[in-house]
Order: sequence, then C-alpha cells, then structure tokens
Amino acid sequence: MIRLGKKLGAWGAVLPLLGYCAIALGLPVWALLWEGLQRPDPVTQKTTFTLWNLTTSWHGIYLTGLLTSLRLSLLTSVISAVIGLFAAYAIAQSRGRYFKQAILTASGVLANFGGIPLAFCFIATIGTGGVFLSWIQNLWPSFQIDTFNGLAVVYPYFLVPLMVLTTLPALDGLRTQWKEASTNLGGSSWQYWRHIGGPLLLPAALGGFVLCFGSAFAAYATARALTSGTVPLVTMQISSILSGNVIAGAGENNLGMALALNTIIICALMMAVYLPLRKRSAKWLES
Amino acid sequence: MTTISEIEAPAAVGAAAPKRRFDLRKVRWWRVAVLGVLGVYFVVPLAASFWFTVYDSHTRTFSLSPYGQIFSAPGFGTSVRMTVEVALLTIVILYALLVPAMIAVHLRLPKLRPVLESLAMVPLVLSPVALVVGIQTVLGWGLNQNPGTPLFQLAVDLQNQNFPLILPIVYVLIALPFAYRSLEAGLRAVDLRTLVEASRGLGASWPVTIWRAVLPNLRTGLLSGAILTLALVFGEYTISSILQFLPFSVWIVQDGQGATSGQLAPAVSLLSLLLSWAVLFLVSFLGGRRAVGRTDRSSS
Repeated sequence: MIRLGKKLGAWGAVLPLLGYCAIALGLPVWALLWEGLQRPDPVTQKTTFTLWNLTTSWHGIYLTGLLTSLRLSLLTSVISAVIGLFAAYAIAQSRGRYFKQAILTASGVLANFGGIPLAFCFIATIGTGGVFLSWIQNLWPSFQIDTFNGLAVVYPYFLVPLMVLTTLPALDGLRTQWKEASTNLGGSSWQYWRHIGGPLLLPAALGGFVLCFGSAFAAYATARALTSGTVPLVTMQISSILSGNVIAGAGENNLGMALALNTIIICALMMAVYLPLRKRSAKWLES
Repeated sequence: MTTISEIEAPAAVGAAAPKRRFDLRKVRWWRVAVLGVLGVYFVVPLAASFWFTVYDSHTRTFSLSPYGQIFSAPGFGTSVRMTVEVALLTIVILYALLVPAMIAVHLRLPKLRPVLESLAMVPLVLSPVALVVGIQTVLGWGLNQNPGTPLFQLAVDLQNQNFPLILPIVYVLIALPFAYRSLEAGLRAVDLRTLVEASRGLGASWPVTIWRAVLPNLRTGLLSGAILTLALVFGEYTISSILQFLPFSVWIVQDGQGATSGQLAPAVSLLSLLLSWAVLFLVSFLGGRRAVGRTDRSSS
C-alpha cells in the first residue's frame, strides 16, 4: 500500500511534464495533420479531405527544396560529425581542467548560437564587405555566402559543438583499463579501435550524427539571414508560402502545412533511428 | 590581424596554456592540429565581427561606439524588457515541470528515464518553422470561435503584443533539451537517494526536502540551464518573427540595423555570445568542482 502510494506520488510529479509536452507538441502537430490533408475547392470554396497537398509537396519546386535541404544537411552533418568526433576525442584526452570546462561550456553556448547572431558574425567575416571575403575568394574564387556553399561553410559552426556535446560523455566513459587490457594482451592500437573502442563508440557517434542532421535540416533563421531565400530550402519555402510571398493559388496555406508535415515526418524518421542507437550506447557506457 | 585575434580569443589562449606543461615529445600532433584548425574556425568569425564593429573603413578610425549605441537605440528598452520577462517566465515554467519530474524519475521511476530522455531530444530535431506553423493554426482555430467564448479569449490573451504568453509556452519546449542535459549532469553528481532519505528521515516534508536539501545541491545545473535558456530566448528569431512579435532578436533585425550602418547587430550578437559563455564558465567553476572532479576520475 505504501509502495503504491509512493509510485502514485512519483507519477504525480512526472505527469505535468508529460501532459505539457503532449499538449504543446501534440496540438500543433495535430493541427498540421488536420489542415495539411484538407483543401478548399477553387470553385465552390468547400473544404474537402484530400492528399493533393502532400502529393504537390513532393513535386516540382517543393521537391527541389526538400532535396536541397536534405543535401545540405547530409553534407554539413557528415563533415561536422567527423570533425566533432575527433575534436571530442582530443578534448576527452586532455588533462587541463580549465581547458575542458571552457570547451564544454563554449560548446553549450555555440550549439545554441545558430540563428541570427551567427549569421551576423559570418556576414561580418565573409559576407559582402566582410573582413575576410577577399582572402577566402583568393582560395575559392566562386565563393559567395548567400549560396549553398556559403551555408555549408557556416552550418558546422553550430553543428560541431552539438556533436562534441553529444559524444563527449561516451568518450569520457571509455576506460583506460580497457585500452591497457587490450595492450597487455598484445593488441595494437588499430585492433583496440577496431574491436573495442570503435564498436563502443559507434552508437554514440551515429546518434550524434543523426542529431546534427536533424538540427541542420530544421535550421531556418541562419539560412534566412544569410541568403534571404536564394537557396531553396524547405523551411524557407514554408515560411514564404505562409507569409503570402508566393502565389500558390487557393488553399496555399494548406500546402504550407503539408510541407511542414514533410519535415515532421523526416524528424520522426530521425528519432526512430536515433533512439535505438542511444539505448545501445547507454547500456555499456553508463553502467 | 593577429593582434585582434589575440585580444578576442580567450578560448584559444586557454587552449594553448595547459599544453605548455607537457613534454614536447609527448604532444600528440594530430590533437594539436585538430584543435588548432577548429580554434581558427571558431575564433576568426568572432574576431572578424569584433573588427567589423570597431573599425570604420571610410574614416579609418576605431571606435567602440556601436557598443554604446546599443543602449540608446530607440525601442531597445521595451524589446529587452519583454525578452527578459519572457525568458524568466520560460525558466520558471521549465523548472516547475522539469525538476519534480526528474527527481521522481531518479528516485522512483527509473523505467521512465528513456521516455524523458527521448522527449528531451525531440525539440532538437523538430523544425521550429513546422512547430510555429502548427501553433499559428491552433491559434487561428481559437480566433475563429465566436468573440466572447473562452477559447476566443484564450487565443487573444496568448497573443497579447505587450506580453505574448504563447512565446514562453513554446520556448519551454525549445529549451527542454539543454535544461534537461544540465539538470541530468547535476543529478548524477550528487547522491540524491541518500540526501532525500536523510532529510525525510529527520522528519522534513517533501517540499522542504526539495527546497532545502536537493535544490541547493543542484544549483550549478540549475544555473547553467537557466543561462542557456536565457541565451536561447535572446537569440531566438524564427518563432517570434513568424508570429510577428517584437522581442529583442527581431528588433535587432528590423529596427536596430538602420541606425548604425549595420554595426549594431554584430555588436549585440558578439556581446551576448561572449557574456553567456563567460557567465556559464564562471558558474561551472563556482559550484562545479565536484562535477569536474568526477569527470576526471572516470577518464583517468
């Protein structure tokens, strides 16, 4: 009886959070689903349920936008994941306490730093009239910040810290004893990474990569401020449809909802990949 | 150029200092290379924006005036006050929901931990644009009700221009991953069960236990989560601009830029970044000795 009471009390403490998330996340997603599957008839103005919005959002310029978004996120997240993993390993190995703490806090701030402030910093650096523009254009003549390549240079600025934040705990969890045991048994450094370190780190590294990908895919403010819409990204298309900058005919808002629904589907796929990986990583490294 | 990056690069100085203590032969060069390249990538934009804000290329003069102009620009006061209020309310709601839930999960419901953990991951990958579109639709539903009905009134109140309640409600979601991470680190560093059992055993009620035994031990985590949330609310642009409110970040883009030939916006960005980093770093040292010591032990 007492046990039951304790459990009930604990549930009482957890339920408000779960309820809040269910409402604040669930209601908007439900609204997207509801409106994204409806379309007012151009003649009679009667709204009916239809898949028209969704199929339109998979063709033409909207398909281009989706593919450009996917290409940009894939490119930047692969780069950031690889660099971030090496950086996290270098940081995990370092013994300087202040150094480690400085990097950790800086990563926390920088992973948050995406958006307008980041765009301003890069515009001042390599944007039109930026301090380093001529220098970078000597190395890379066609470089412009308001292009796909420009975004690919800027995105790692918030993705690498995110990767460091997500993989550092796993790297800290690798015990030196494991490495020593492997060396004592005659294993080379390569064999250690191939059979022990690598498999242990793989889930965390892939999980970090998935988070980077999702974060790059979801980014809006940075791209908006840097390119003002010249690179067709799905997030920009959504906002321009809904602000009425694009003439997409009757029911254009519903089309915007369908586009937003696409990004949510992709986000759900990301989570479906990430969560099992997270579980496997936690099993070894947190015990 | 080098002088500027030296002034502007506390992180890089910190990076170089501990290494000097090591024997040169023991230095792993790939590590130095990786951290060096990354250091350049992360410091150069900051240094360049600092240069951009203080150097006037027409008159070839330096001045720190953009940093002074921030405070006298029209609209600065109202937008900052609104943003601070929104941020404070966000932090209050966030902790009121998160702290009891996380304590309960640590003590009694460990099976729920994966659920909470994955819930805290969702906002990282969920596109704010999609979220805000959904919210706009929901608010639109409310406004379509007859005026005078409670739902209509609720939708109107949520979008009050002076204090848009909808913003903190959404920001709680956006800040969830970072607050969760900070609190989780704090909870792992203390022996929560012993603390609570000792306090309860001495006859303290649950609220007193949490207020006087648990929270003081979590202050580092709580503080760093709060600072991250504050920084996030100050920088957030997507949601507030699409919902057409005028907090600090939107004000900077819309009104702040014209006044000072574009130097104001980078100045503010730089200032907010360095300030939040410095405060976070200090906080992690003031209360965080235990947490750091623990990390060192597990890695050595």
